[in-house]
Amino acid sequence: MSRVHQSLAHDSAVQHVTGRARYTDDLPEPKGLLHAAVGLSQCAAGRIMALDLGPVRNSPGVVAVVTAADIPGVNDIGPVFHDEPVLATDRVDYWGQALFAVAATTVEAARRAARLAQVTYAPEPPLLTVDQALAAASFVLPPHTMQKGDVEAALATAPHRLACELRMGGQDHFYLEGQIALVLPQDDGGFLVYSSTQHPSEIQHKVAEVLGLPSAAVTVEVRRMGGGFGGKETQGNLIAVLAALLARQTGRPVKLRLDRDTDMELTGKRHDFKSRFEVGFDDEGRILALDAELAARCGLSADLSAAICDRAMFHTDNAYYLPAARIHAHRCKTHTVSNTAFRGFGGPQGMLGAEFYIDEIARQLGKDPLDVRLSNLYGPGRDTTPYHMQVEDNVLPELMLELEATCRYRQRRQAITAFNAQSPIIKRGLALTPVKFGISFTVTHLNQAGALLHIYQDGSLHLNHGGTEMGQGLFVKVQQIVADVFDVPPAWVHLSPTNTGKVPNTSPTAASSGTDLNGMAAQNAALTLKDRLAAFVAERHQASPEEVRFEQGEVVVRGNRLAFAEVARRAYLARIQLSATGFYKTPKIHYDRDQARGRPFYYFACGAACSEVAVNTATGEHRTTRVDILHDAGRSLNPAIDQGQIEGGFVQGMGWLTSEELWWNEAGRLMTHAPSTYKIPTARDVPHTFHVSLWERGENHEDTIHRSKAVGEPPLMLAISVFLALRDALASLRPHSRPKLDAPATPERILWAAKALREGR
Amino acid sequence: MRLRFLLNGAVQEVEAHPSRLLLGWLRETAGLTGTKEGCGEGDCGACTVALGDLDEEGALRWRAVNACILFLGQVDGKAVLTVEGVAQGDGTLHPVQQALVQQHASQCGFCTPGFVMTLFTHWWRLGPTDRASLDDLLAGNLCRCTGYRPILDAARAALALPGGDRHRDEAWRIVRQLRAWHDRPPLARGFVAPRNLDALADHLAAHPGALLLAGGTDAGLWVTKDLRDYDHVVHLGEVAELRRIGVADGHLQVGAAATYTDLLPHAQTHWPAFADLLRRLGSELIRNSATLGGNLGSASPIGDTLPVLLALDATLVLRHGERRWTLPVDRFFLDYKRTALPKGGFVERIDLPLPPPDLTLHVTKVAKRFDQDISAVLLATAFRHDGHTIHTARIGIGGMAATPARARSAEARLEGAPLTPATFQGAAAALASEFQPLTDLRASAGYRLEAARAALLQAGAAAMGDEVALPLEPVA
Repeated sequence: MSRVHQSLAHDSAVQHVTGRARYTDDLPEPKGLLHAAVGLSQCAAGRIMALDLGPVRNSPGVVAVVTAADIPGVNDIGPVFHDEPVLATDRVDYWGQALFAVAATTVEAARRAARLAQVTYAPEPPLLTVDQALAAASFVLPPHTMQKGDVEAALATAPHRLACELRMGGQDHFYLEGQIALVLPQDDGGFLVYSSTQHPSEIQHKVAEVLGLPSAAVTVEVRRMGGGFGGKETQGNLIAVLAALLARQTGRPVKLRLDRDTDMELTGKRHDFKSRFEVGFDDEGRILALDAELAARCGLSADLSAAICDRAMFHTDNAYYLPAARIHAHRCKTHTVSNTAFRGFGGPQGMLGAEFYIDEIARQLGKDPLDVRLSNLYGPGRDTTPYHMQVEDNVLPELMLELEATCRYRQRRQAITAFNAQSPIIKRGLALTPVKFGISFTVTHLNQAGALLHIYQDGSLHLNHGGTEMGQGLFVKVQQIVADVFDVPPAWVHLSPTNTGKVPNTSPTAASSGTDLNGMAAQNAALTLKDRLAAFVAERHQASPEEVRFEQGEVVVRGNRLAFAEVARRAYLARIQLSATGFYKTPKIHYDRDQARGRPFYYFACGAACSEVAVNTATGEHRTTRVDILHDAGRSLNPAIDQGQIEGGFVQGMGWLTSEELWWNEAGRLMTHAPSTYKIPTARDVPHTFHVSLWERGENHEDTIHRSKAVGEPPLMLAISVFLALRDALASLRPHSRPKLDAPATPERILWAAKALREGR
Repeated sequence: MRLRFLLNGAVQEVEAHPSRLLLGWLRETAGLTGTKEGCGEGDCGACTVALGDLDEEGALRWRAVNACILFLGQVDGKAVLTVEGVAQGDGTLHPVQQALVQQHASQCGFCTPGFVMTLFTHWWRLGPTDRASLDDLLAGNLCRCTGYRPILDAARAALALPGGDRHRDEAWRIVRQLRAWHDRPPLARGFVAPRNLDALADHLAAHPGALLLAGGTDAGLWVTKDLRDYDHVVHLGEVAELRRIGVADGHLQVGAAATYTDLLPHAQTHWPAFADLLRRLGSELIRNSATLGGNLGSASPIGDTLPVLLALDATLVLRHGERRWTLPVDRFFLDYKRTALPKGGFVERIDLPLPPPDLTLHVTKVAKRFDQDISAVLLATAFRHDGHTIHTARIGIGGMAATPARARSAEARLEGAPLTPATFQGAAAALASEFQPLTDLRASAGYRLEAARAALLQAGAAAMGDEVALPLEPVA
């Protein structure tokens, strides 16, 4: 029987509901454990004139303090470019930057001590915004351009042209489990690190580099995270490194668990963007040319901003064919925390821009935006992206028409028009938007994965792979994949924590690729063992290996049925190796970044959402009243898990575009650094009518694991429909208007947009 | 301090520092790591536990609370149930746990124990499962993974599943123990929890520097965020008179330490608009701890009940030592977080005049998020009118000045004026010129003025029978 395409519960579901699931802070504490805290800069930009740590050292319970001077290796945690210090040396570049770390006998003692440093700064006026950085030509990396066709000529001859600009805010990950690491010195001078990270290998490398050790001296393990969302792709580096520095200094185990406020001040977020577009189009709203200029706030260092901004550029077409396009992006350096990966990785910002300029076209022409969207979709003969990749397996025309019908878009459009005509204050809006999200790391070498599988003599299996579990259901899917190879109950496949000592050189669990990569690697390991067992059984029964079948926990050959466990035991006695590694690298992909040309993505994951909202145009308050989603997860490995990704991603995206606002004061301090001030959606924000379906005809045309499609990130961008529905509601205030609404669409922004429309501005 | 309580059915005798919080004790001392810390400020619910005490009829009542900001002393003589104590002894899952598993309602699982506990208390009291009730119930439990839909489904499904018998079958044991502790000596060292008003008044007057603790939903943060350490905490929650709510002398008399949860049904009876506000004030978890007296004591300009008290012309009964006096609430707020309460004094009671038939209370709370969000602006209006003329108008407003305030010039424009849109336009203009709010993370000054104006116009429209309400359901 098939063990995949089944809605198995999350492998840890019972542990979750009973409180038995252990997160890093729940591990039994080793003897002599010290707790750490971080001293943060109270200045956004400037030189450090004096750093007096005497009061910190003298605070009760304090055992050790480390500064940059105590770093034996390199003072850097930059994941790609080496531009981000572990601890500040002579200057600070954002409010909340780490200056030192302290270890004490209790958490409270460490945190109290960390606040006692006497620091004198020579403050400089900080660059806080994209505009300030652009004006000062302050960049972490040079700009980058993708180009196709003659944009100037196409714009010049287009029947219609418009220019528009959109600002979109960043987003805090707000994983419920904050950043944490527990570091145990080993007797050989090495370190064992428990870290809440999506990227154990990078934690390993950074700890080794900062401590001046070979990578082999550091082992990193993670069983699970309490949420990641990209926020634990690189941001765990600092935490683990600081704990390791203190562990090295004291020779004792050290745990560093950030409190929520420190976590939000100290660690990076989704990039906020300012995007400008100039677009030429015909009478039908078909785009003839696009000139796009994006600017992202990267913060003090590059972190992953190169790839994030590239992905924003890759998705500035979203699902639309651009005959001529120039997409130019600036990576702005500011005196704010270094922004980082967040579910979608630049894709949401690129895609929101696309849906915005399409909406502008529709409103300028007085057309239903859905019609303009449909007429701009990729199609036969119109299938080359601005980075010269051909769009194959183009499911959106069909998928969107299906959603349009099932959600009764046209009827509801009419009903809403009628409603708005008689409702002066409350206005409703509707929008149906697509998502076309490229799957693969755009840094090609990251598209590889490894797995390690053992079969024990009792037939139980022990699986390790390079992916990490952050709630997304990776482990249960890979468990299903391995169980399917042998046709054994998935519970026979035991999942081990991700450990750099078992599978080396892993890529981060990111880019929605966790199952695509690790599932394939694990399947390859399983197939290797299956082949060995089949050959062994065949030989014993004078059969050919092809005759050996694995069925429901048994091995069948020539009428003999052997228990899987029995086969394992006999294989062991016959000295058959019952352990295998598996490896996978994504085929077909290549990309020449200098030319901005190639096939960066193995395939696209697509979906569409239709959102309906109601807006109080007098106060700006709003509700999302109905959402219909149709999403293509290919042949879903686990429909329940995938539905969870879709719904959860959607709601998270809705938060990004509505209630989640990051707000810095003039001095450059983030003032929204806890859930009291930073508002992610609650249960009430989920629409009363919420229809989510996996697209039944979905099947990956590429040879992915069981023809499934990646599903981690793409659904977040379905929430763009909410933002455009809000814009639609506002547009009803004045015919042919193009509302000025930036994201997030807080009540305040909605109110100002409504007021401007009412006043004819 | 030395206290006793039941933890998952077992008696605990604990020696702890007065400002020790329950979550730290559970995780660090008791080794129960199922209860999580997500924020340390009572906003995310990862730390939710059920707190059991006896209701007026002497029956066991479980309420969900935030362990991260609950002082350990607050559980003295009570029962605490954590996620580890929910399943049957043999490991059989409780219906709430079963439903969460069946509905695929956990992803990363970090928030899940908190949801289990909130849903457990709902299961215990056989709570309603309509969407609005569940939204109210779950507003204090944040989940970043699932998008909540499966959790809402699990909440509905749990009540239909069999099981969980142990909790109902063995409730008598808990009741017996809590009753036995009823007459225990009050906590009196470090963490002081007097049982009657006079003892409280005397103690506070003698120790004006002690931390006055009501629900702890503000004071808990002084420990978790400001890292303060208190050697001397005086807890109001054990004073029976302070928790009483009843009607007398034409007023609803609300003891200062009555929780919002206890206040809610009374508000629903007399001022449904106040009840609607309470349902989005904090969360179920916060309302189970937080008190009206605490909101007054904190005297924040953004305290959500305070404009309502101003609009309703509440009278405060204040106490200092043996002295007891009354004060109209609009004379209570002196300056930013400064009140007319002398050091060592406390609010004993809040008297709300019962509404005459022609009074309409209207409350508009504007925030980035509907639930558990600090208001950018909160406007409460109480009008008496006969359909033609406005006789009296009280407007309480929060978020617009250093203190909660009455909008007196707007009130003056309304009183005696005809009940017409023009009247309210004039009052709204007066309102906007009366305040100079600040720009901060919640809203700009301009938005606050604009939203306050709109809120007053909406209150006027409602008085004229034209309520503006955001629909929850889609267009047909």
